[in-house]
Amino acid sequence: MSSMTETTSAANDERSRKLTAGISEGQLLEVSMGPHHPSTHGVFRMDVVLDGERVVKLKPVVGYLHRNHEKIGENNSYLASMPYTDRLDYLCSLTNNWAYALAVETLAGIDVPERAQYLRVITAELTRLQNHSSVIGFLVQDMGASGTPLMYAFREREKILDLFESLTGSRMMCNYMRFGGCRIDLPAGWLDRAKKVVAGFPQFLDEYENLLGTNEILMARTQGIGALSRELAINAGVTGPLLRASGVNYDIRKVDKYGIYDRFDFKVPLGDNGDVYDRYMIRILEMRESIKILDQAMCDIPPGPIMDPKAKIRGFRPKAGEAYGRIEAPKGELGFYLISDGSGNPYRYRVRPPSFVNLTVLEDMCIGNYIADTIAILGSIDIVLGEVDR
Amino acid sequence: MLGEGIVRGLAETARNFLGSFVSKERLTTVQFPEERLPQAEAARDFPFLVYDGEDWQAGMRCVACQICEKECPPKCIFIEKSKDKKPDALGRAQFYPARFDIDVSVCMSCQICVEVCPFEAIKMDTAFELSTDDRFGGLLWDRQKLALSDAHYHAIHPTDAAHTDELLAAEKAKAEARTKAAVAKASPAPMPQPPAPAAANEP
Repeated sequence: MSSMTETTSAANDERSRKLTAGISEGQLLEVSMGPHHPSTHGVFRMDVVLDGERVVKLKPVVGYLHRNHEKIGENNSYLASMPYTDRLDYLCSLTNNWAYALAVETLAGIDVPERAQYLRVITAELTRLQNHSSVIGFLVQDMGASGTPLMYAFREREKILDLFESLTGSRMMCNYMRFGGCRIDLPAGWLDRAKKVVAGFPQFLDEYENLLGTNEILMARTQGIGALSRELAINAGVTGPLLRASGVNYDIRKVDKYGIYDRFDFKVPLGDNGDVYDRYMIRILEMRESIKILDQAMCDIPPGPIMDPKAKIRGFRPKAGEAYGRIEAPKGELGFYLISDGSGNPYRYRVRPPSFVNLTVLEDMCIGNYIADTIAILGSIDIVLGEVDR
Repeated sequence: MLGEGIVRGLAETARNFLGSFVSKERLTTVQFPEERLPQAEAARDFPFLVYDGEDWQAGMRCVACQICEKECPPKCIFIEKSKDKKPDALGRAQFYPARFDIDVSVCMSCQICVEVCPFEAIKMDTAFELSTDDRFGGLLWDRQKLALSDAHYHAIHPTDAAHTDELLAAEKAKAEARTKAAVAKASPAPMPQPPAPAAANEP
């Protein structure tokens, strides 16, 4: 990985040299964008070198939200790390829970009952819906469409967060999944409410496509901007909607078929150009596929237990060994790597965050574009700093 | 035609704007302090200690086993075990927390303490709007502030509380069967039973 970044970094330096050839040092403007800049979605800084309005060099600076997540995980019991995973990508706590639970279940050899698998799929796909709807809202907000599109997206997101609250007790920090199942079963009437929300979602997507899908300003701002080539996307380890927008058919739900994803009929939408517009559309199309999965899962969910009887809450000590659990989080491949030495807390606890890895190609996409496009490109990567810095 | 997409978007906005006058679906804003939505039954904020009966000290279910203190992810619980013992709901002599502090400025409302508690002694409250101007003392809650009655628990989480009562009743029945068996075994000299306190009655 490090050598790969070095190569792309060397290529970028070459491009910077070409762009600045014949320009004296005094003509270039160095701007420190962030860490307190509304477009950076948190505390993220970009050291940008500008020739006029054109970006000739860009270095992302991360670490402002570093809070020792991995070290805390190594000093806490396995269970106590679960609520901390909520706070990685704080928009998608349920998929974070799932990835961590999957890693621990692989480590300890715990099975997950049928009903809990369905609950996980339902909550994870609802998470994908609310993450994607808010990210497209944020993206157009960053490009200057302040208010309306973001508020429409938040109106829909709120309905899903209400579902999360009535199920898990918390809107965003759900802390719902456990090793071997889920914490609590669905409350009475929840499934009907969820079905209603999901049934109303395509209408919102149609509305959104009416609102922005053919908007000339949006197309001018996004089409052909920040194109990411297939080769670079694969070489840099980019995953998620960013990779699929570049035309690479790679979705861990299809590749790994973790959980029970092999039972559902859904497609993986792919982009052609890998520009900001493709990334925007990919998310809308992915939401439509998520709705298909949700329809199937909420129809088929069987009754039964939601926890593996072998799973222990207190005194959980998996045997020595190592495990990697990965899932397709809304932002890409989210993985947890755990090494157990047989004690109550992991010997090594490592997170493979999608946002952080996707951020490594930011400079490649931005060089040569205008500074205003940088913001659109950053918005289309969909980073959450809680996950980037950990 | 250039501009068609923009016009279509504006029409959508107009439809939503006008719709907000007639349809509740489109007018989703709640004017918070004056207007309040009911909280979800599963809602959780900060933990509290459940006590049975009237007296919070006599009826406190917590036996100061310190499992929650150990399991708490951000380590916001501080417990000091008592030197003496008091009878619990089943009449057994148990330790009690001489000190039980929760630093709610550190607590992250994760509910792990509730899950690991073997005595159903700690539960999640739903109270919010807890801001204070005293950032140290005002956010360090002691056992008296944390103690809330079982009736309160029933009021905020009825489904959970009913389930908890079932568990406790089953345990009580088991304990009674055990003492009966022990009494039958040692029938010539029956074991002296500690008197059940009035506070131990199920509400």
